[in-house]
Amino acid sequence: MDLPLFERADNVHPPVIFPDYRSNVLRAPKQPLVVLPQNLTEATAPVFGEDRIGPTDGDLTKQFPDEPIGQRIIVHGRVLESDGRPVPNTLVEIWQANAAGRYRHVVDNWPAPLDPNFSGAGRALTDTQGRYSFTTIQPGAYPWGNHDNAWRPAHIHFSVFGRAFTQRLVTQMYFPGDPLLPLDPIFNSIPDIHGRELLIARFDLSHTRPNWALAFEFDITLRGERSTPFESGADHDD
Amino acid sequence: MTDLTPSQTVGPFLHIGLPWADGPFAVPEDTPGAITITGRVTDGDGTALSDAMIETWQAGGEPVDHRGFARCATDADGGYRIVTVLPPAQPDRNGAIEAPHIDVAVFSRGLLNHLVTRIYFAGVEENATDPVLRSIDPARRGTLIAAEVPDGYLFDIRLQGTGETVFFDV
Repeated sequence: MDLPLFERADNVHPPVIFPDYRSNVLRAPKQPLVVLPQNLTEATAPVFGEDRIGPTDGDLTKQFPDEPIGQRIIVHGRVLESDGRPVPNTLVEIWQANAAGRYRHVVDNWPAPLDPNFSGAGRALTDTQGRYSFTTIQPGAYPWGNHDNAWRPAHIHFSVFGRAFTQRLVTQMYFPGDPLLPLDPIFNSIPDIHGRELLIARFDLSHTRPNWALAFEFDITLRGERSTPFESGADHDD
Repeated sequence: MTDLTPSQTVGPFLHIGLPWADGPFAVPEDTPGAITITGRVTDGDGTALSDAMIETWQAGGEPVDHRGFARCATDADGGYRIVTVLPPAQPDRNGAIEAPHIDVAVFSRGLLNHLVTRIYFAGVEENATDPVLRSIDPARRGTLIAAEVPDGYLFDIRLQGTGETVFFDV
């Protein structure tokens, strides 16, 4: 059986236990994770087609008869593996707050207005070059109960499948220059400052639509294949 | 240091973006041989997670009308339900036989990375020789084995504390 073997992602992701994020305290496992070998189930992933994507899933400003309030933005980028290989035809799902920082969700009830013309949810498949693009509204920051006067920086949630269960990733995209970023325990849970910076989208003048929308670029890099299938995990030093 | 994109939590509002109407059905409910897997997701206090989501992925077997994938958000009691078929036993990279299993990803507020576990099935002969199960402390192995119940299998997921489910670094 000729299955791909994916590199490890040590020191890339937040730790399992991170009590600065209060909701983590009762939910993080206390027992160490057990290393799972990558076999058929781990080296494969579901395949989704265009039938999963609705006609307005890529444009969150066109999902209702009227337009949502807020700054229009184009968020685009590529889903790649660490060797630069694109991940084509993979499902990208996003969800976000509206321009006022409120989610269209029953448990989000802080006193900011809902927007009747904004769902906050989008979906796309990457093209053959791994590219995706959404048109949406710049999300607002919002308060949360983690600590005194805590505010989440503006963000868009991203969910990506990749071509293997080992590549499954859910993350958040942030915006450049946000003064709330250094104060946010979720952002700061990423161990390495370089890793944190990877979650900050790049303002992209070249993809703006003149007289219409600003643009940001956000690439997502998933674990690639190990250079040699016989490399042992023990001497892997990334 | 690599440029791999780090994980972040799904947060408390995943329901606006992730659940699908057909999500729980890896196969249509009326598929011959379909099984139902139900369970609850609970925290270190035993409290139900009403804001979690699980995804299941299985490989191998006949791909006829079979997506291999299901996702289900938890309800107010922490419960989930998916419909699928029993996967086959299959060889691992070393030629050993892996018992029928389904990989599970658990997403919720509070989890900065999704958690990965595996569902095995009670009463399956290959469980005794499965290389992954055998690598687990026997006292904890049972947390990976779904119990037979009248309408399918029961697989509870305890994130922390007594009876904590075994989670994997994949």
